[in-house]
Amino acid sequence: MTEPVEGTGKHGNPLNSLAIGDDCLVLSHRLAEWITWAPTLEEEVALANLSLDLLGQARALLSRHGDEDELAYLRDPGEFRNCLLVEQPNGDFAHTVVRHLLYTAFLFELYGGHPEDEVAAKGVKEIAYHRDYARVWTLRLGLGTEESHRRMTAALADLWPYTGELFEDDPGLRAPWDAFVGGTLREASLAVPETGQRTGGRRGEHTEHLAALLAEMQSLHREHPGARW
Amino acid sequence: MVTTFEELIARDERIEPRDEMPEGYRKTLIRQIAQHAHSEIIGMQPEGSWITRAPSLKRKAILLAKVQDEAGHGLYLYGAAETLGVSREELLDALHEGRQRYSSIFNYPTPTWADVGAIGWLVDGAAIVNQVPLCRCSYGPYARAMVRICKEESFHQRQGFELLYTLAHGTPEQRRMAQEAVDRWYWPSLMMFGPPDAESTHSARSMAWKIKRHSNDELRQRFVDMIVPQAEVLGLTLPDPDLRWNPERGHYDYGPIDWEEFKRVLAGDGPCNAERMAHRRKAHEDGAWVREAAEAYASKAAGKGGRAAA
Repeated sequence: MTEPVEGTGKHGNPLNSLAIGDDCLVLSHRLAEWITWAPTLEEEVALANLSLDLLGQARALLSRHGDEDELAYLRDPGEFRNCLLVEQPNGDFAHTVVRHLLYTAFLFELYGGHPEDEVAAKGVKEIAYHRDYARVWTLRLGLGTEESHRRMTAALADLWPYTGELFEDDPGLRAPWDAFVGGTLREASLAVPETGQRTGGRRGEHTEHLAALLAEMQSLHREHPGARW
Repeated sequence: MVTTFEELIARDERIEPRDEMPEGYRKTLIRQIAQHAHSEIIGMQPEGSWITRAPSLKRKAILLAKVQDEAGHGLYLYGAAETLGVSREELLDALHEGRQRYSSIFNYPTPTWADVGAIGWLVDGAAIVNQVPLCRCSYGPYARAMVRICKEESFHQRQGFELLYTLAHGTPEQRRMAQEAVDRWYWPSLMMFGPPDAESTHSARSMAWKIKRHSNDELRQRFVDMIVPQAEVLGLTLPDPDLRWNPERGHYDYGPIDWEEFKRVLAGDGPCNAERMAHRRKAHEDGAWVREAAEAYASKAAGKGGRAAA
């Protein structure tokens, strides 16, 4: 695998296409786990759409580093470079909405800073929709019922520890992310929780959830070495 | 000038939601469209369970898009049923309480990846043969929904065929997987056309109302005639020793169908009836708080003087 030469964004770093490709692959997989379990038929369609967008971005980004299927199916958890946030389990719909808000608000800023990158330039339009989908559901659930508000509060407390890691490579993205996420949470009557921070995903140090996800995702492919599908 | 229902049917024109229609016609359509809609959403389960294990990213994308299409078909069909004065909520309750059916085919399991291909090729293939004539159904909203659905289904059938073709021309294990899946799905797919004409309870009236255009046995024959040459291209065997070309009839003859099995599965005793319903009910119950929150938010937003519920 050779590292292609990449352009640099407005913050001076090239898009880390392996890490972001892994983010998209893993988050797409998490969303696909919702299929047949969504709260409404409209959400079945929407979650599948979000999953497909991210899978498309993952394939385009990973292909820069080799064969997409070898990378997706034959690496072990320690070789994945995705952030910890995207590998966190779906939980209830509140957890999925919060994870999507926190992550896509980051990806939107990241892609927006890399107009020179083909995937980022095209992907930013898709991710703008993702971020909006998550924002609208954050408002609905934050302001809907007592139960939905309680579930959103719990989801934020569970997932907030994985947000700091998003800005390790590019601290400049933090301020616009804070503005969007903070504004959305305020509008939804939700408080920013105070929690510790966990990192490690970009170095291959993952939570136990990634190994379980990959065991399922890679099972069939690995049962048939060398087969074409 | 008032045109009566009978005149519209005789002239082969479409009945639209505001037209007068006999109560039996309305009820028959609700039953049929609801069953069709329920089949789309229950039908997501047997294939959906393979999305997270799809063996390549390309196949994963294709399968995700297919299962998403099925959810979309469910939406169009519930929408078509709503034009007859029944809400989606009522229809889902009827499904969850076992008062309405979905196609029995989805009560069979999908133990291997090849089952995804067999469903695409045989089940979607049978669905197309059943549904193409529904594009000319006398009820306008149903006929129009079917036009859209049939286009997507024929795409799914080609994808299923291609998936099986790849397996049939792959490693010996892949080939065996493909053959076993075809062995599992062949007979159930023939049963999808319903009981033989002599025993079909709703057929005659539906034909008179031009909801249905061909008999169960005619459509089943059309399907067999379609898949036999396709199986030859795949290099897979259809598990019916009596299958042979009959030059006098100009059709393939096929062996006797085990209608006892059909009745058993229809009555709820198929391999997966209980799992499919339990899965659907659980998804619905788990989602209740989300739907309640969305409704509460929408009414609060409306109360604030019309700030859109986004």
